[in-house]
Amino acid sequence: MTSRRRADYRGVAVAVPVTIPYVRYSTKSAHWWIARALAGLLEGAGISKADVDGVCVSGFLLFPDTAVGLMQHLGVTPRWLDHIPMGGNSGVVALRRAARAVQAGDAEVVACLAGDTNHVDSFRQTVASFSQFARDAVYPYGSGGPNASFAFLTDYVMRTTGITREDYGKLCVAQRTNALSFPHALFKKPLTLGEYLSARPIAEPLHLFDCVMPCAGAEAFLVTTEERAKSWSLPFARILGTIERHNAYPEDPIQYRGGWAMDRDDLYAQAGVGPEDMDLVQVYDDYPVISAMQLEDLGFCPKGEAQAFIRSHTFNNEGSFPLNTSGGQLSVGQAGAAGGYLGLVEALRQLTGRPLGVAVPDAEHALVSGFGMINYDRGLCSGAAVLSRGSVA
Amino acid sequence: MTAPLQRPKRKNPVVKTRHPTLPPWTRSRVALGMTAAAAEGRFELQRCEQCATVQYPPREACCRCLSEELPWVEIDGLGDLISQTTLLHSHDLYFRERVPWRLGMVRLDAGPTVVVHLHGDVTAPPARVRVACKLDKAGMAVLVGFPQEDVPNMADDRQLREFTCDPKFRRVFVTDGKTATGQAVVRALAAAGAELIWVGHAEPWKRVPGLVDLQALPQVTLLPLDVTDPRSIKEVASQVGPKVDILVNTAEYHRAYGISTRAGTDIARMEMDVNYLGLLRLAQEFGPVMKARGADGQSSAVAWVNLLSIFALSNFPAHGTYSASKAAALSLAQCLRAEMKPAGVRVINVFPGPIDDEWNQLLPPPKLSPQAVANAIVAALRDGLEDVYPGDVAQEWRTRLKESAKGFERELAAGSGT
Ligand SMILES: [Zn+2]
Repeated sequence: MTSRRRADYRGVAVAVPVTIPYVRYSTKSAHWWIARALAGLLEGAGISKADVDGVCVSGFLLFPDTAVGLMQHLGVTPRWLDHIPMGGNSGVVALRRAARAVQAGDAEVVACLAGDTNHVDSFRQTVASFSQFARDAVYPYGSGGPNASFAFLTDYVMRTTGITREDYGKLCVAQRTNALSFPHALFKKPLTLGEYLSARPIAEPLHLFDCVMPCAGAEAFLVTTEERAKSWSLPFARILGTIERHNAYPEDPIQYRGGWAMDRDDLYAQAGVGPEDMDLVQVYDDYPVISAMQLEDLGFCPKGEAQAFIRSHTFNNEGSFPLNTSGGQLSVGQAGAAGGYLGLVEALRQLTGRPLGVAVPDAEHALVSGFGMINYDRGLCSGAAVLSRGSVA
Repeated sequence: MTAPLQRPKRKNPVVKTRHPTLPPWTRSRVALGMTAAAAEGRFELQRCEQCATVQYPPREACCRCLSEELPWVEIDGLGDLISQTTLLHSHDLYFRERVPWRLGMVRLDAGPTVVVHLHGDVTAPPARVRVACKLDKAGMAVLVGFPQEDVPNMADDRQLREFTCDPKFRRVFVTDGKTATGQAVVRALAAAGAELIWVGHAEPWKRVPGLVDLQALPQVTLLPLDVTDPRSIKEVASQVGPKVDILVNTAEYHRAYGISTRAGTDIARMEMDVNYLGLLRLAQEFGPVMKARGADGQSSAVAWVNLLSIFALSNFPAHGTYSASKAAALSLAQCLRAEMKPAGVRVINVFPGPIDDEWNQLLPPPKLSPQAVANAIVAALRDGLEDVYPGDVAQEWRTRLKESAKGFERELAAGSGT
């Protein structure tokens, strides 16, 4: 169907990774968290609001506002504005949209912002009113939220591929190890496989440590031209390729594969590098089953063979196949839409030589993958980006 | 296999009765199409008129060809269980009080994948299942996955009993045991395993045939009750009201004729007094106590059954004033349903065609036997229905009203309704 060759992302710089430290519960609003992210971004870049001419926003709990109202709230006057309601895919998609705006000259300095709060009851409300299909056909069935949806998938994949709780546990334990050096992770204690296996069940076969903890937090990064980044002396990464897909494989009876499987050849062709060239990988990890699915669908191992792959790597920052190097959402926490930014922001820190925790040695290439929006029985949005180290000056 | 239900223990009077909670009831307007079918016990999904795609969840357009012609059609519900889970945590109060809760994901033979409440007797996936559409405690349609073949004690499944009002081990109040239908209802409830059956009878000094036989049933207790007398209702309500799980209002006053063939309003007044005001009085006395017991453990208040008539839906001139009183009762029953909803107590309206009793003597067959009406009521309780149209005449009326209510009114005026 594609007739025109896609333009590359030459000349675009991705810089200034910002994480506003997460908290379990916050009495502040999503607006507050996103404001902190923008302030952090300006401070990190050493620029002022007036230098920002493009803004991209994601946040579940901005309602009744959108990105539009937020501009007046924050006193920003951009000439380019986007609102990306794609949950865990927001980071990758914000990156793609902003990069094209910068290349086309519609904006030159785009602040990409994601944040959400977590009041004592806000997660339940988000789940209850997540989508029309969820309200009609999922929430009245036990009101388990995403736990139930991923329990179905985990049950299916375990039965059909033979992957075990021990295998999923290994991913969770490795991410916890990575999180121990990351100062913003909400989980600060090591996790053993025994603790993982004996944790209380939440939605069989999922137990406590398979599930992310909802929390409040915000993330941000800046997309601009290489010239700008250099003139401001900002270390940056380059974009080698990106993909996104929505409602992939609608005929599949259950989501055993995601849009990455449709688009990964395109991704690596754009990037000019393959899965074997990645020095670190950030997958969207609201549940380990979906992490493993991304590893398969993005070509790190054949379909259905995540088990063998998991058994052959350590997934630690200094070990083999560094994965979710800040601990991922499973150990840092899931701050609403900011969860879709977490991996991308962490990859930027590693690629620009400014990790907050243990550094991945000689990080040259990173793959960041996103996944979001369980509208009914499956996550609808998928995406991925390959980034490379630009200037670490 | 489901363990057979045990007779409930006597309630500890010190334990506080829980406030009734309901499962989430918010639905899009288009999804309510499923609830309309479920109220009558059918599982219907949208099937595209243009390309025959069956789709779920309900949509505003065909997900294949974008057609907007999406009639609801009955689905056999057969499919493959592809995945299951048991929730031990829920975001909703109702389910929080009821975990563990078993769910399944089913690929219907008709096409779409559906999330269902999963019956305990369905084996682990992969398994064949039969999906049916039920009303939950909030009165909204939900899908339930059953084993493809029936197994013993299926109705006793803990989750399934949230969607049904099975009389087994429940305490029932039948408001009038003097009519043939009332007596048939009592016998059918006893056969269905009702724990206790209180049976009202007006003018207790008049012994009518059949009533004495009822007394021989061990579950049955007769109570003098005149639904036209507020004091009589109050007295019965104070005796048994707080124990009634299911109320079946069989009291009715039925005479033939319409307007011109009758002098004065005495008969019409009696019809209204029993059929309409009687329901109102019962609802005022029994409604609040039943609402308070919507979540009283295994033997909660679950259902209120109104014996209406198919003549409630359109006036049958040969029984014109009776039809009017039943139409009034139907309207009031809708009000009762709205008021009972927060407690999860189901209001079941039964619309039989002419019953084969003394008041329909002059009507031609087919006529329903009182036993058939009673069986329909027990089946509606077991299946958790909301609207029941027993018998061929009722079914025909229903169909013709759906096709053209005005056209049918003309036919009834011409005397061809039954
Ligand atoms: Zn169609």
